[in-house]
Amino acid sequence: MSGAFRIPAAGRLKQAKTARFSFDGQSYTGIEGDTLASALLANGVHLVGRSFKYHRPRGILSAGAEEPNALVQIVRDDARKTPNVRATVQELYDGLAANSQNRWPSLSFDVGAVNDLASPMFSAGFYYKTFMWPKAAWKSLYEPKIREAAGLGVSPDRPDPDHYSSRYAHCDVLVLGGGAAGIAAALAAAETGVRVILADEQAEFGGSLRFESGARIDGQDGFAWAQGAVAKLAAMDNVRVLPRTTAFGYYAQNFVGLVERVSDHLKAPGHDLPRERLWQVRAKRVVLASGAIERHMVFANNDRPGVMLAGAARTFLNHYGVAVGRNVGVYTANDSAYAAAIDLKKAGVNVAAIVDLRDNPTGPVIDEARALGIEINFGRAVIRAGGKLRVSSMTVQPKNGGGERTIPVDAILMSAGWTPSVHLFSQSRGKVAFNDETKRFVPGTYAQDCVSVGACNGTDGLSGTVDEAYAAGAKAAKDAGAKAGKGSKPKVDASESWSRGMLGAAPGAGPDTTVKAFVDFQNDVTAKDIRQAVHEGMRSIEHVKRFTTNGMATDQGKTSNMHGLAIAAETLGKPIPEVGLTTFRAPYTPVTFGSIVSHARGPLFDPTRKTAIHPWAERQGAVFEDVGQWKRAWYFPKGGEDMHAAVDRECVGVRTNAGLFDASTLGKIEVVGPDAAKFMELLYTNPWEKLEPGRCRYGIMLREDGFIYDDGVVGRLAPDRFHVTTTTGGAPRVMNHMEDYLQTEFPHLNVWLTSITEQWAVIAVQGPKSRDIIAPLVEGIDMSDEALPHMSVREGKICGVPTRLFRMSFTGERGFEVNVPADYGQAVWEALWAEGQKHGAVAYGTEAMHVLRAEKGYIIVGQDTDGTVTPNDAGLDWAVGKKKTDFVGIRGMMRPDLVAKGRKQLVGLKTKDPKVVLEEGAQIVEDPRQPIPMKMIGHVTSSYWSQNCGRSIALALVAGGRDRMGDTLYVPMPDGVIEVEVTGMVFFDETGGRLNG
Amino acid sequence: MAKAAAKTAAATSPSAERRPALAGRSTSATGVKVEVLAPAERMSLRAPEASLAALSKALGVTLPKQPKTSATKGGRTAMWLGPDEWLVIDEAGNDPLADCAGVSALHSAVGISHRNIGISVVGPAAAAAINSGCPQDLSLDAFPVGAASRTILGKVEIVLLRTAQDAFRVECWRSFSDYVFTFLSEGARDAAG
Repeated sequence: MSGAFRIPAAGRLKQAKTARFSFDGQSYTGIEGDTLASALLANGVHLVGRSFKYHRPRGILSAGAEEPNALVQIVRDDARKTPNVRATVQELYDGLAANSQNRWPSLSFDVGAVNDLASPMFSAGFYYKTFMWPKAAWKSLYEPKIREAAGLGVSPDRPDPDHYSSRYAHCDVLVLGGGAAGIAAALAAAETGVRVILADEQAEFGGSLRFESGARIDGQDGFAWAQGAVAKLAAMDNVRVLPRTTAFGYYAQNFVGLVERVSDHLKAPGHDLPRERLWQVRAKRVVLASGAIERHMVFANNDRPGVMLAGAARTFLNHYGVAVGRNVGVYTANDSAYAAAIDLKKAGVNVAAIVDLRDNPTGPVIDEARALGIEINFGRAVIRAGGKLRVSSMTVQPKNGGGERTIPVDAILMSAGWTPSVHLFSQSRGKVAFNDETKRFVPGTYAQDCVSVGACNGTDGLSGTVDEAYAAGAKAAKDAGAKAGKGSKPKVDASESWSRGMLGAAPGAGPDTTVKAFVDFQNDVTAKDIRQAVHEGMRSIEHVKRFTTNGMATDQGKTSNMHGLAIAAETLGKPIPEVGLTTFRAPYTPVTFGSIVSHARGPLFDPTRKTAIHPWAERQGAVFEDVGQWKRAWYFPKGGEDMHAAVDRECVGVRTNAGLFDASTLGKIEVVGPDAAKFMELLYTNPWEKLEPGRCRYGIMLREDGFIYDDGVVGRLAPDRFHVTTTTGGAPRVMNHMEDYLQTEFPHLNVWLTSITEQWAVIAVQGPKSRDIIAPLVEGIDMSDEALPHMSVREGKICGVPTRLFRMSFTGERGFEVNVPADYGQAVWEALWAEGQKHGAVAYGTEAMHVLRAEKGYIIVGQDTDGTVTPNDAGLDWAVGKKKTDFVGIRGMMRPDLVAKGRKQLVGLKTKDPKVVLEEGAQIVEDPRQPIPMKMIGHVTSSYWSQNCGRSIALALVAGGRDRMGDTLYVPMPDGVIEVEVTGMVFFDETGGRLNG
Repeated sequence: MAKAAAKTAAATSPSAERRPALAGRSTSATGVKVEVLAPAERMSLRAPEASLAALSKALGVTLPKQPKTSATKGGRTAMWLGPDEWLVIDEAGNDPLADCAGVSALHSAVGISHRNIGISVVGPAAAAAINSGCPQDLSLDAFPVGAASRTILGKVEIVLLRTAQDAFRVECWRSFSDYVFTFLSEGARDAAG
């Protein structure tokens, strides 16, 4: 048995296929095809949650995505505990376990419900008023307490074991919404042969045909027609049908984000199935068929479990075969609720009374209800619901006052009318227009290539909807380039239609200020809160919304926005369009982080770039550091060495014998063309025209503002060919910078840039024995100092493969950088390493590289410079061509403040105590006894222990630094002041003799 | 030192082993196979319109002039990447760089054989696998056989070439190849489902 409230004769589910599930530990039985909501209702369970602020008991309001109340936690295992799942959306599977939220210790007895009694304290804007004083208490008391008390559901506390996928797709016509309108539009478009995607958030297509028992299309029941039509569409090659797929965002140029729930409805999702799939669709035309959402009536205690939307009750009956009560009352301001009463009555449920706020409505449904013997009360209001954990009665009063009458009921079905779902249209930047006659905002001015059809367009009646949608689908296909289709329009044989309804608060919503007539269920906003906001001076609906939080919950006010707006307008005494509508923002319904992150986790979070030599370094036990996306060998510890010991050994090893260093990550750009030298003259501060082929130069590149942007050694391979190197981190932006200037400022130059960073593996061999190591492996290059002096480059072979061999040094020692095609990098490294072993060579990492270059005062752009350092500041005036009249940054460099006295200049620092190593970033002062805050005159940019110097060394930017040589300055630190002496930047081999040593 | 320098004996030079990234890696899912391709000769060619005839002749392939197109002849493919830019891939073992060396017409030819890795994605679900991270429209109308484009896959740049109705070649830089291969593997798994 799948629940005492299941009516076997009603609904479309197959009674035989039962599914067990649990809610708050209690076991129940449902049927396959149920949602959690319908299965709970079948078992007579209405109480499913506690409200956000007042902890009021809440039931199931709707049967769809707009559900504000029935939010539960679905627990698959320890890691899969999804909070805030709408029970009306979650499909039942055998073994499903759900828990209620926002209650303690239990759902029926919740301590937090004292908030309801204390509610005068929690009126609109209470956060802004109550917690203002004392100010200090905000951080220590109020905020932590509020955070503890607030929040909905419990976040999972383990890594998400599911995986998520993404797919880009293109189509001619994207149809959003798979009700009668969407299906008709998709049929019309698909019949022309264009590419169509049809998406609907439900598991089954059909939209409101799920509950409209009176609809017949092409001679069939409406819902059955929908299934047949969708099956036909799914079988077409040009159509993609996406059930369980919500279009959550409509972005520029018909770019729509959809999320497909792939496996949340499965008992045991296969490992290969993602939990969700993100679709990013670019459509030539979009057809919006998003339907309409029913509004509730605003009256006292309209949130009691058992009080629900009439259309929802009808869905539970007609689709799921579930009666939401045995003795229901109906409260309405439009015809659609009558249909619910009629269907329930026919299914054997007692309908205690229909209360209709309208004075003398007429129409077939009213006649039919009356004929079925249902009591109908016109011109009356339900002023309050009785009961607490479940509604027990409704109290009825003439709408202009008078005697009260209380009718016992176990459910109240309500309908204030239907709000067109213009969310996606509004997200597309379309402007809505208010139809004063029907009191609806409907699509007005379009901003993108889309069209709205059916209920979301304010079109009433199935026949009109199908006509409009079919024509729109055909036109969308035609506009997307299709020829005429060869199908035929679905014929509507019978349909339902209903008129308007009401907006705002009904008589039962006050004016009594203690009445809780809910406008926004999820954020616990009542009619009086909206009125109070206006009384307290809020005029704009945007202010009212933020002050009351109306419409700001995860349901984004799907049921509440129009009521809130109408109450504000009434209180302000203004027409609704003048008060305006708040903005609809993506996502339409909550989207998981998982689906947005999609593939970008674990190894795909960000590319991890490794050099060709990486495997060798790994085998040697190197410790790696991240440099941008690159993994670089940081140091190579031997026999239990710590970093300090390893780096000391590496630094000494390089200067004693030699060291091998993987420099492959350096950016490399080949600049080729007859105007290559001219281009280099313009991009760098240095002169290039006279650099002979085969020679190298250290180049500095500035930004237009005159500050250092990048540096690197450049080799001229031929009159028309330069091999440029950049910093590792600067490679992409330097390429962009060069390409940008080439295309926009110097398009007249015949020169092209090609990134060759990854073409060449680079092995730096540095140290007095470096030539001895390389020479035996090289062919066709004279390695003598005369033939290959410092700062030169030759092309030849090493280990039988092509090389660009640079003689250059970033250590101050005799040095080479061996470039070989990347696939040969590891083998050549191994050959050099084998040679190196004969000469006592070490492998060194980036840390030793940093120390060695600092011993020589070689700067690192981005460490010793910070985007505000000129060549002069860095002591690099020598690298600026004195005779040059133009290069990028030449004018910036001459700005008065960039040549003024007292600028921060790079200098060396030696601590008075040679064992003390300064902290990088530490501030420098002239007088440590001055009161705090002290005047800072600079900061430490690089600082290391130098085993080669036998002391600590540092570089620093200091105001007027070069005029302070020999001065004593101070570095105040938390545990004392450090005395330092200002020195030159070169700490080792000041004469530079070792370059040829 | 000078002694050592003089010792540039060529006779004993060993030949270094070529170790391509991801060599031999492949993965399969229903309807799609992802496989790292063998090394190939590659060249980045930049040239103005006036030089195209001479370069086409030297290369033996008519350089395409339309966006998103390529031309293939004798195992050599030239892909249009920009108004003055082509990626030339030779799978027959002939070096396009050498063929361009004698061309006096204005151009820039740079060897990038080792910069890129080629990955093939083949099967009825190949396009869907690539569309897991590539926003291009890969329908046969929009991206026919022979279509080529510099585009993105996830967070990295790729060059995409459709070699047959159900077959693509994905080119990426060497150090991004592990990311691209892993991405395509995940895409293949999803496309199969």
